[in-house]
Amino acid sequence: MISLAGRDILHAWGKFVLTSVGLGRLIGVTLTMAGVYRGMVDDARVLLDNSGADFWVVQQDTLGPYAESSSLYDDLYRGILSMAGVARAANVTYLTMQVRRGEGDVRAMVVGVVPGGPGEPGQPGYLVAGRHITRSHYEAVADAATGLKIGEQIKIRRNQYTVVGLTRRMVSSNGDPMVFIPLKDAQEAQFLKDNDTIVQQRRRTAANPAFNRPGVPDLLEAVIASQSANPYVNAVLVQIKPGYAPEEVAGSIRRWQRLQVYTRAQMEKILVGKLIATSARQNGMFLVILAMVSAAVVAFIIYTLTMGKIREIAVLKLIGTRNRTIAAMILQQAVGLGVIGFVVGKIVATFWAPFFPKYVLLEPGDAARGFGAVVVICILASVLAIRTALKVDPAEAIGG
Amino acid sequence: MADMRANGIHIEGMRKRYGTGDTAVEALKNVDMRVAAGEVVGLIGPSGSGKSTLLKCLGAVIEPTAGRMTLGADIIFDNGWKISDLRALRRDKIGFVFQAPYLIPFLDVTDNVALLPMLAGRPNGEARKRARELLAALDVAHRAGAMPSQLSGGEQQRVAIARALVNRPPVILADEPTAPLDSERALAVIRILNQMARQYETAIIVVTHDEKIIPTFQRIYHIRDGQTHEEAGEGRSLP
Repeated sequence: MISLAGRDILHAWGKFVLTSVGLGRLIGVTLTMAGVYRGMVDDARVLLDNSGADFWVVQQDTLGPYAESSSLYDDLYRGILSMAGVARAANVTYLTMQVRRGEGDVRAMVVGVVPGGPGEPGQPGYLVAGRHITRSHYEAVADAATGLKIGEQIKIRRNQYTVVGLTRRMVSSNGDPMVFIPLKDAQEAQFLKDNDTIVQQRRRTAANPAFNRPGVPDLLEAVIASQSANPYVNAVLVQIKPGYAPEEVAGSIRRWQRLQVYTRAQMEKILVGKLIATSARQNGMFLVILAMVSAAVVAFIIYTLTMGKIREIAVLKLIGTRNRTIAAMILQQAVGLGVIGFVVGKIVATFWAPFFPKYVLLEPGDAARGFGAVVVICILASVLAIRTALKVDPAEAIGG
Repeated sequence: MADMRANGIHIEGMRKRYGTGDTAVEALKNVDMRVAAGEVVGLIGPSGSGKSTLLKCLGAVIEPTAGRMTLGADIIFDNGWKISDLRALRRDKIGFVFQAPYLIPFLDVTDNVALLPMLAGRPNGEARKRARELLAALDVAHRAGAMPSQLSGGEQQRVAIARALVNRPPVILADEPTAPLDSERALAVIRILNQMARQYETAIIVVTHDEKIIPTFQRIYHIRDGQTHEEAGEGRSLP
């Protein structure tokens, strides 16, 4: 038996292909939405992987440093470093801001790290150009996604920095590219006030009789000095020595340092389960809506194609074609439309994914699930057309 | 089934009523008709006379309310009783030719004709071989690979006749088969139908208003107000 659906598709291939291309774009958008979610999850994992830490030590009762703000004294790392099982510990700060670049600016997460080489917690894992930060001030390593070039000058708060290195895939959980600067500069940038505010603050402090005592002349100076310095960091990144159980080391830091410690698995749970959960639900809603729209489009197209063949279907029924042959023809066309649409969608999604500002990760597993969903949607969408076709009276071919 | 070709088609006391109660319409009232194997008869009547209803009953598309219809020795309808598989009966035992050819637009000429034997479960090769033989007999073999849209009206109608004949049915119902054709082509179609009727011992009923072809029938059934009257035709010889 010949394939009626196949012959019909070949006969009207132009119409069919154009329709499939339209549907394919819709499927491409759906696959991209799934890719956006996967990209967010991957960004979160990359953020954790690239930090080079086994633990994140943060302020008690916070989910910091990515999900909530966390403040720790910058000398706490020394105590952590002295604990059994701790190989390395380094302070780190995170600040998402607009980094000024010439006349424009770029959205970035500014990371304050202790100058050093690769392997140091917080440092970018690898560079694609230039070198690591070696000085304590005014040098930066930027993610290539910022568009910055080696030697370029950027401005963070009131200070100018020279880009000395470029890295890749170093992004925040929001997908913002990272700019690494020396820790001291970052600490200053976090709480740096404008000159007017500083003058006003000094005046207020001087006007406070508790701080400006004639009997203690150095007190006012000491208070003002403490107000202008920032001894805080957001977290301490910790690497453990080989052979030590992570949970054991984390437990002793919690107990003796009275701090919150998150392991890699816990931090991933916070990032994926809490930080990007709303975005994931948002994406999920879009996926559901797009799936419904795709189903409606396929149903409409298949119904329209079937209605255009009512006379032929009546003739087929009159000359003795089984209902299941007619149903199979419509079903095969619907699935064919879906398969071509899926192929087009996969191709367009692959082509346009790199142009999205945020990372879009198209996983083969998602593509396979998407293909299954498209086939199921096409089968469901063909039900209306099949019902209509099966109701066609063969007598319509005779007329009268 | 016994050989249906032996005695052609025979209907007796056929009635068809649409609706019930006060709104019931009696489309056929006690229709009798007999067409022998190898014979071509005309069925003529004005609009609303019951032609289409009779054609649908003859074609086993609708069931008559009462009466009996036999194909050869087999009973198809008998006062409310009907043969179990009307779809298979239509596929294997009744050929249809319509006013418009209604060829399947996405199948080429050969497959339009071969579709019926394929639907009946015959192998594709055998079905196509039979289709090509018929296309040759109807002088359209040279268009075997063409799509219906590439054929002239006359060629399309000959392909439709080939499709109606391909399963060697004992009866063919032709509904205004010459309406869209000029005189020459209309007479050519009737000539072909007569040839095929004789060659394949097929009973052919031609429903028509076409004055050009009415004189060619040996016998004509007139239908008016749901009743048929038989009369002898001129039986004018075909060019």
